[in-house]
Amino acid sequence: MSSQGVTRRDILKTLAMGAVGGSVLQVIPAKAAEFAHQAVRKEKATSPAGKYTPKYFSAHQYETLNSLCDAIIPKDDRSSGAVEAGAPEFIDLLTGENEKYQLRLGGGLVWLDSFCDDRYAKTFLECAPEQRTEVLDLIAYRKNAKKDASLSQGVAFFAFLRKMTCDGFYTSKIGIADLQYIGNTSLREFPGCPPVPGVTT
Amino acid sequence: MAQVTRSPKTYDVCVIGSGAGGGMAAKVLTEGGLTVALLEAGPQVYPEKDFKMLMWPYDLPHRGAGVGGSALENFGEFLAPNGAWDIAGEPYTSAPGADFQWFRSRIVGGRTNHWGRIALRFAPVDFRSYTRDSLGADWPITYEDLAPYYDKVESYIGVFGTKENVSSAPDGVFLPPPKPRCHELIVKKACDKLNVICIPSRLAILTRSVNGRLPCHYCGQCGRGCVTASNFSSSQVLLPPAMTTGKLTVITGAMAREIVVGKDGKAEGVSYIDKTTRMEKRISARAVVVAASACESARLLLNSKSSLFPDGLANSSGTVGRYLTDSVGSDGWGEFPFLDKMPPHNHDGVGGMHMYIPWWKFDRKNDFPRGYHIEMWGGRDMPGVGMFDGLCHREEGYGAGLKQRARKVYGTTIGFSGRGEMIPNPDTFCEIDPEVVDQWGIPVLRFHFKWTDYELRQAQDMQQTFRAIVEAAGGEYRTKTRIDGPYPFGIQPGGKIIHEVGTARMGADPKSSVLNGYCQAHDVKNLFVTDGASLVTNPDKNPTLTIMALSWRASEYLLSEAQKGNI
Repeated sequence: MSSQGVTRRDILKTLAMGAVGGSVLQVIPAKAAEFAHQAVRKEKATSPAGKYTPKYFSAHQYETLNSLCDAIIPKDDRSSGAVEAGAPEFIDLLTGENEKYQLRLGGGLVWLDSFCDDRYAKTFLECAPEQRTEVLDLIAYRKNAKKDASLSQGVAFFAFLRKMTCDGFYTSKIGIADLQYIGNTSLREFPGCPPVPGVTT
Repeated sequence: MAQVTRSPKTYDVCVIGSGAGGGMAAKVLTEGGLTVALLEAGPQVYPEKDFKMLMWPYDLPHRGAGVGGSALENFGEFLAPNGAWDIAGEPYTSAPGADFQWFRSRIVGGRTNHWGRIALRFAPVDFRSYTRDSLGADWPITYEDLAPYYDKVESYIGVFGTKENVSSAPDGVFLPPPKPRCHELIVKKACDKLNVICIPSRLAILTRSVNGRLPCHYCGQCGRGCVTASNFSSSQVLLPPAMTTGKLTVITGAMAREIVVGKDGKAEGVSYIDKTTRMEKRISARAVVVAASACESARLLLNSKSSLFPDGLANSSGTVGRYLTDSVGSDGWGEFPFLDKMPPHNHDGVGGMHMYIPWWKFDRKNDFPRGYHIEMWGGRDMPGVGMFDGLCHREEGYGAGLKQRARKVYGTTIGFSGRGEMIPNPDTFCEIDPEVVDQWGIPVLRFHFKWTDYELRQAQDMQQTFRAIVEAAGGEYRTKTRIDGPYPFGIQPGGKIIHEVGTARMGADPKSSVLNGYCQAHDVKNLFVTDGASLVTNPDKNPTLTIMALSWRASEYLLSEAQKGNI
């Protein structure tokens, strides 16, 4: 990327000076700002691809989490699913930092296995695909908990996990492309709304 | 007091707070030739490093949620580094039932690093509210007194808008506005049907270059802070020119504790806690400008007790901390399934609305006093954490169907935020908590807050209007509110709109006000308060532009008084 005569040293100097350092903002061209962002982005980017070691969940729980994330947002003909989008890593990271999440998700995963054990004498992962679907169909809707109060903890757990999975997916490159969002870029002029007969005209 | 470190030099002015009010005072005073020590409770801000402009959610491991999801309650991790509803070690308390929320920034530039950039002038009638409806109080100054300063502020910081000749929303010095987004065109069409005024918004964002600052690049992320300073912040627009004069000394990590008064009853300096060493230090100054944010300024005055001022400084009227108001806020949104026909397109624009609805019912009798404006949002925003919370909650389920629904509903909602005027009431104020101190040993504020029927009826009217607009635009209104409970008609808790003002109001009568029309304390001639505390009313216009106009005017007055030797 061309830095238009602004060296990395200039930028570091700028960073060190701060806002009240004076005329910084007059001299730093947009390209330099972008360059600085790239540098920051690189430093802040998550570790490169490779096998992720969960920070919070046990190996078994993490495998269960992956399976659930995949069920919540699966791969389809337009895009990959939540697992490919890194939702489990995102969820594991946040859960490790928040005791409430630990109870809701960590506890919830144990609840799920106990539930499957009562029902099928198996863990969730050991269940046959139809059995997993049966369980998920039960805990994916509040109305089921109204009929059967013993499901209410599972419904609450799944609702939270669904939200977290969506957050993980739709903040990923894959999820953002899936929605066909266009933007987060520099424009010289804002073009306004494209005319669509019957909608905006 | 042997441990107190006194500054070897005496500054002309000590300014407390570096946001809109303090930054403006620092600029005008230093450019007028005075030396200024600026105290800021937080650290320096480094836009190129701190602002997350043009980053994607996946560039951050927490994707915008913050460590352990902590940023979700504070507008997300992408917001300019800018404070929070709760600051560790710096609590405030609420009287039973008050539920007041106080957003504080501890950083150079204060809340102007992230603010909504909505820059609306108060109207002539807003300065004469009591005369109009016998509620609250009139200002000691008129619109005509302030108009030249609105002109100067707008010209200097850059505000876009259009001349519309709407009496509730005076025109200003405007840059051209950006073109409307799709959802804004749809709302405009509905408003035309309903005879509701809908016009280009007025935001402190550059659509043309001003004073060497680059024009907006339309990434839609003003709240993250702008590396190119294409929107207004005190840290990037007011403090650099002040710095250039060579007369400004910025002291960060300085938590003001007390304004020190001499035997003659004049302020002679400020004691502050140096957060790094936890030691008390003192700045000597010939005048003091307090601009720490409305409630923080009230706290400082109330904590500045002395034998001459036993009830706190500049508080002979007993009104410091009183007349606290926030904006009335209620939100609502509708679903517009036909918007899924819009082709994917860049809808980012500036960081904020391109169109808005100024108060339009000023020509008729309403069942509540004063008025409100309506902000709007929606469309194909950059995805982020929480975007599909509503969908997940309403439709539940999982799998291919959920993914399909997310695609379908993305970009098809339009939302509205009503922002209205609260009338000061005797049950709403802040005072010093008799028992609690913060980690710097400074007694903290205790809040009392109550909405009255005036505000509740206004929130009800907002909800009715949102529904009418959504339906006229062919959508389905989705917000459900209750008429009872803690938040009738979706009214937000006090403080939540972050427009808290009025706690050291100006007035003609020293018995019922703290300041005169120049933001100068009635009781202490070399003490000024130039933040939102000075506001007599809190009209349906976001206060920042007015704070800057008042601060500019007060600072010019201070300069002229200093020249005459009156300070």
